[in-house]
Amino acid sequence: MKNKAIHFIIIILFFISISACKNNSNSNAETVIDSRYSGESIFNLKGNWHTQNNETISLSALKGKTLVMVMIYTSCKAACPRLIAQMRDIASKMPTDKLDQLNFVLVSIDPETDNPERLKAFAIANNMNEPHWTFLQGTKTNVQEFANVLSVKYKQISPMDFSHSNIISVFNTKGELIHQQEGLSVNNKETIKSIIKEIL
Amino acid sequence: MLLSILKKLLPLYCLTFIVISCNNSNTSNNANKLLNNADTLFGVTAAMANIKSGKYIPLYGRDSQLVTINSFQMDILPVTNANYLAFVKTNKRWRKSNIKKLFADGNYLDHWKNDTNIGNEMNANSAITNVSWYAAKAYCECQGKRMSTVNEWEFVSMANENIADARKIEKYNQQILAWYEKPNTSNNPVGNSLKNYWGVFDLHGLVWEWTSDFSSIFLIDESKNDSSTNKKLFCGSGKFTKTDLMNYAAYMRYAFRESLKANYSLQNLGFRCVKDSMINNEK
Repeated sequence: MKNKAIHFIIIILFFISISACKNNSNSNAETVIDSRYSGESIFNLKGNWHTQNNETISLSALKGKTLVMVMIYTSCKAACPRLIAQMRDIASKMPTDKLDQLNFVLVSIDPETDNPERLKAFAIANNMNEPHWTFLQGTKTNVQEFANVLSVKYKQISPMDFSHSNIISVFNTKGELIHQQEGLSVNNKETIKSIIKEIL
Repeated sequence: MLLSILKKLLPLYCLTFIVISCNNSNTSNNANKLLNNADTLFGVTAAMANIKSGKYIPLYGRDSQLVTINSFQMDILPVTNANYLAFVKTNKRWRKSNIKKLFADGNYLDHWKNDTNIGNEMNANSAITNVSWYAAKAYCECQGKRMSTVNEWEFVSMANENIADARKIEKYNQQILAWYEKPNTSNNPVGNSLKNYWGVFDLHGLVWEWTSDFSSIFLIDESKNDSSTNKKLFCGSGKFTKTDLMNYAAYMRYAFRESLKANYSLQNLGFRCVKDSMINNEK
């Protein structure tokens, strides 16, 4: 009996070892899926995210709309409120009849704290509860990966606080980066211009 | 019943397993044979060293903060050209001609002859370079490993042959700085340096290495001028003291990391993998 159990474990381990490298067997299927996006598209990123409405999505679910993205965390007292104000300023300058072509996405750099409930509460408290606002909770790994795509640097400096760069990024409907603004003191003119150009 | 069927099938599975794991077994090298803890997938066997948990103050910590490192295992060698070739042979999306621009810039595997040929000028047994952070991440994850954090990497790299923290030893610092001055070390074979205290080779002397959280390094605080800005890292901010020589080499590494973007593929930048230790970390 002991022998059988050991054999069984070996077989299971074998299957695990194969599935760990999924890329091998799925590479063909993957290429087909990926070919819908260009090589520069953020929709090539794998990994799941939770929205403030507790839906589980991949980034590619955001395709078809012009995306304005920023990384924040809800317990932030310093730079984020200003970043969020910038996002709201940009949103307020958009023609209201075009808002359904836009998605303003706020990605949390603190996925341990910022769960969907917290993000939802934050959205409501900050009047960002309309359908053109999306808040995302990732995993430590896919947040790190996404930050690298945006060239956003961040680090945890205490259990409650992060230091991070302040970058707002605009992506076209295919997930390709078309504009970035960096810093808190910039006005949003160029960013607004680049978005308007995209949706008109 | 089920078990007996599985049992009959077992030899078949084992055979397949052996075929898979033997694929490319010629990539091993002398140093590889020295150590235990073998790991197999896409045919690459990478020996790992056990790194015991510990505490230290890294150069770029906030307010000389003590950092705790949990015990982990580290590849004793950087990933080589031959290792990486085995990886791209089975993982086609990481081949030179298939790589997405999002994941690597135009220099990705620039030194290779083509997708599955390293070419004659490159040493199969030298560290792989011209690979992006995404590629390094995928390689390690595919083996059930991960990249080391900056803190883990610095922790292991401060050892010399005899002690775990050699940062105050003059010779240790001089050797590192001497390497920084030496051009074109990336094509030298791995595993020829002295084995450090932990049993790890080539952390200094061949190539720089990717870390998982390189993007957490910003020497100039970008969020605003808050207290985490480390003023001592700026040139001319004060006179050099004795510890500054030791910090200079580390400063070079931190400054280099800060200058990176994840899609960069550089001729002098490679990687190795680590994984969490099976042993429970004592607190």
